[in-house]
Amino acid sequence: MTAPMNQADGIVIGAGHNGLVTAAYLAKAGLKVTVLEAAPQVGGAAVTREFAPGYKVSGVAHLLHGLHPTIARDLDLARHGLDLKAQRIATRSLLPGGRGFNLDPASIATISRSDADAYPAVMARLTRMADALAAYALQTPPRPDVMKMDWQGKLNLGRFAWGLRRLGRKDLLELTRILTMNVNDLANDYFESEAVRGLLCFEGVLGLALGPRSPSTVFNLLYRLSSMGANGPSSNGLGGFLLPKGGMGTVTQALAKAAQAAGATIRTEAAVDHILIEADAAAGVVLSTGEEVRAPRVVSNADPQRTALQLIGPRNLDTMFVSRIRHMRMNGCAAKIHLALDGLPDSLANARGRIVVAPKPDDIERAYDCAKYGRVSDRPALEVTIPSLGDPSLAPAGKHVASIVAQYCPHKLHDTSVDAARRQIGERTLSTLEEVAPGLQQRVTAMEVLTPHDIEAQFGMTGGQWHHGEITLDQVLFLRPAGQAQDYRMPVPGVYLCGAGAHPGGNVSGAAGYNAAREILKDARAQKRVVGAA
Amino acid sequence: MQQSYDAIIIGGGHNGLTCAAYLAKGGEKDGKNKLKVLVLERREKVGGAAMSEEKYPGFIYSTCSYVCSLLRPEIFRFLDLPKHGLQVIPYDINSAPNPEGEGIIYYNDHDRTRESLRRHSIRDAEAYDEYAMEISRHCRFIKRTLLMTPPDPTQLNPFAQNRINPWGHREDLDGLLRIGREFGRLGERHMYDMIRFWSMSVADFLDQYFETPRWKGLAAASSIIGTALGPYSPGTAYVLLHHYMGEVDGQIGAWGFARGGMGSVSKAIAAAATEAGVEIRTNAEVEKVIVRGGKAVGVALKSGEEIYAKSIVSNADPKRTYLKLIDKGDLDAIDPDIHRYASNYKIRGSSGKLNIALDGLPEFAGLGKEAAYGTIDIGGDFDYIERAFDDYKYGGWSKRPFLDCVIPTTVDPTMSPPGKHFMSVFVQYVPYQLAEGPWTPEMKAQYEKDVLDTIELHAPGFRKLVLHVQCRTPWDIENEVGMTEGNIFHGELTLDQLLFNRPFPGMGQYRGPFDNFYMCGSGTHPGGGVMGAPGANASHEILKDFSRGVVQ
Repeated sequence: MTAPMNQADGIVIGAGHNGLVTAAYLAKAGLKVTVLEAAPQVGGAAVTREFAPGYKVSGVAHLLHGLHPTIARDLDLARHGLDLKAQRIATRSLLPGGRGFNLDPASIATISRSDADAYPAVMARLTRMADALAAYALQTPPRPDVMKMDWQGKLNLGRFAWGLRRLGRKDLLELTRILTMNVNDLANDYFESEAVRGLLCFEGVLGLALGPRSPSTVFNLLYRLSSMGANGPSSNGLGGFLLPKGGMGTVTQALAKAAQAAGATIRTEAAVDHILIEADAAAGVVLSTGEEVRAPRVVSNADPQRTALQLIGPRNLDTMFVSRIRHMRMNGCAAKIHLALDGLPDSLANARGRIVVAPKPDDIERAYDCAKYGRVSDRPALEVTIPSLGDPSLAPAGKHVASIVAQYCPHKLHDTSVDAARRQIGERTLSTLEEVAPGLQQRVTAMEVLTPHDIEAQFGMTGGQWHHGEITLDQVLFLRPAGQAQDYRMPVPGVYLCGAGAHPGGNVSGAAGYNAAREILKDARAQKRVVGAA
Repeated sequence: MQQSYDAIIIGGGHNGLTCAAYLAKGGEKDGKNKLKVLVLERREKVGGAAMSEEKYPGFIYSTCSYVCSLLRPEIFRFLDLPKHGLQVIPYDINSAPNPEGEGIIYYNDHDRTRESLRRHSIRDAEAYDEYAMEISRHCRFIKRTLLMTPPDPTQLNPFAQNRINPWGHREDLDGLLRIGREFGRLGERHMYDMIRFWSMSVADFLDQYFETPRWKGLAAASSIIGTALGPYSPGTAYVLLHHYMGEVDGQIGAWGFARGGMGSVSKAIAAAATEAGVEIRTNAEVEKVIVRGGKAVGVALKSGEEIYAKSIVSNADPKRTYLKLIDKGDLDAIDPDIHRYASNYKIRGSSGKLNIALDGLPEFAGLGKEAAYGTIDIGGDFDYIERAFDDYKYGGWSKRPFLDCVIPTTVDPTMSPPGKHFMSVFVQYVPYQLAEGPWTPEMKAQYEKDVLDTIELHAPGFRKLVLHVQCRTPWDIENEVGMTEGNIFHGELTLDQLLFNRPFPGMGQYRGPFDNFYMCGSGTHPGGGVMGAPGANASHEILKDFSRGVVQ
């Protein structure tokens, strides 16, 4: 059957990794899917881009630790050029004075004997809990009113509860205790040395506008651990990071190929202006050029605020929902900094892994204090990778690129201009790095700084929040993006959300896109319409 | 070893006394097994932190706790406290002075509050209706859980038999179902709001409704009082309820002064207990709990005297109970984790107190005279409170603290000479120990000065009225009352230390790790405040064990 070019069964707005996953699954199920991407290339925040002549680096996301194995298998990403076994990297924490330690007992022992002894057991326990929680990643969130759920939902919830119960009484009680705690207290419970506590705290606050002493940061730690569980139980906690060859772009490129192989059409440089709503239901989209693309179902990979307030428009939504979405916390606090280096100081000469600069919990807390009042951290906490060490193709011969996440650089600035913030976070990141890696500064030949404002402008994420909304207890599961919209269906029939703003949230996991596709197909089957096409 | 008592209660605080009275009466239902109870109090008089003392000639200070509201009406009625001389005088106003303009006034009467908000912002006045509705929804829900033993979600097998329930374990399942039913009544939309509410920061919660910074600061006050958290910390929204769920003679959310100071609350409960046959011994400090063969059998006093009883109940906070009163060896024999739980238990001194004798009634900036008749919250917007918290985080007292002040003598003439007044100033935040080390007299003087300056700023001419100041840090409070770190709640009221996790995971049902050992203090569900609920709940579990012959 042939349909006009601008007619499809489903439209996906945005070719981020989640959008591509949804598109691929819908196409596999036989729907005629069109993906509309505003940028000239697909990938959203997971792209490889050149920021200085000859220097390439992963745009926003620079580490892969969540891509769900089920998705990789279903879409056969290996065949489309993604090698998931490649470049598993470990984490190293750098301390002032060139000292540092790797995240393994032997190396921790050089900092503290007792912490080295405690570490394996603690990490095993946390990972166990995280994996129990992760069991829900590929499920649609339940409804608090369990009675209203269908039998499948009840079954999944039961399975999940049983999985928790299988942790055993002690672990389950411990989980209920720590789930809402702040990561600083957790670190104090388990470890004695500031260096190890600092590293744990950093893992707890990365991606949040919260400090180590803010409750709910332990949840973020478990959340991140759970996504690593996806790399197999052997991911030994925070060692489960992958640094894809060719940068994060290869991941989304593989997804795009998979989607196209399944029959999806991808149009780049096609910015959607708003969703076309006729008779209170989705009818298609209108591009910024005025062109109409029609389809009975529209899937938004944009963040919840952009989707509800711009693409759908408040006039089509009830005020309660609008105010919930408006109050979603989307204050991006992490800046992305890219360095072109004409060489590496000795301390980083073979730093193939992931480097964390967060020597003490209080250093991070003070960095957060600045952000709290809308200022850029005086001494930001850093996550650094030097991908060119494992993948020379990213930089000219003998030269290197460094990709840095710097916290905190708040999107909500008080009496600081964005330009000032950009300058400050850049300078302060370099000076902080200089303390732990002397000699780096004069190696820098070019530098790109992406503040949350820049990320918002260039990648279309509201607030520059790269999880499409902070991962805190009041914004996860059935509260993501808002109560009664947790099943990927927006209040307007035919409009769906498939981005990180939906359960289970951020990281390059594709789980949100996977779940959204499942719900969309459920509706599609119910409507019988596409069954013929399939 | 002859047991002269059924139960010994360590500590004569309001919860210990409540528990004692309930045990001696044999519980509300049928007074079948009335117990022979002995209360041992370290100090020369009972009351713990609910205490009235004359620290300056002619002036009665409520030395620690200073207002009354949370005391559960069920307890009030059952112990017939009015008969024993307790009279609570409700007050109507809660206000925030404002040196730069008009202050904010909150009344118990909803409409009056809306009108007074209207003076600052029409939007806030309108939002106040929605806000009040949501708050009262949460309160109604929480209240039902106050006087119940928190169910343990890991003990839901109704057939699982254990020592306490030889015929199968039902309480936890029943309790959970009961809560589930309450939850079900909310309706789906409110379910989302409630779950969200429990994990939110009070700042996020109030920002949904209001715009006036000072009003938001005033409203946030009750969610940070006594906690070592700032308004931007997630989980603080819940603590808000802890100060909204009280009542004074049936008036929900009202607060009142106990006539004669908070000491009269303890006095009344003690009188009720004595009448029920409880024996109270003061100046009897317990040194150790005697444990033999995994059973608590008695206590050893500082004096060397040993007293034996069928059951031992501790009113002391969890840290003191498990780290001081009980030998580590005895704990490890049962379960080595308990000692770790106890040492990791979060019980942070975060608030100090100034008790001030005044020569006259102060006037507060931007407020009328009526303000002095209620609570005066000296603070500002969220950032003001958060900055006060920042000072504390790194081990200093707040240079510009948040202050919760009351002048009970405006309605209670028995506490001061005519025309003179007693003012209680609750100071947030003050650390138990400073970053530089323990408190020195000089630092204490500086801290006192900072507080008085802050008041002067919001009540010009205040200093001239000051006759005498009793200045207390958390350290002083610990040493006087015995509460670890002087934490007024016997432990932070954060979600990880509530319900079945209060005080420790798996010990949330008032039973200690040993047979015949129980806890009845604010360190157990539902937590702090002069509420009496922990004491009453504990008594139910103890009586249950007696009637089942678990305790012989």
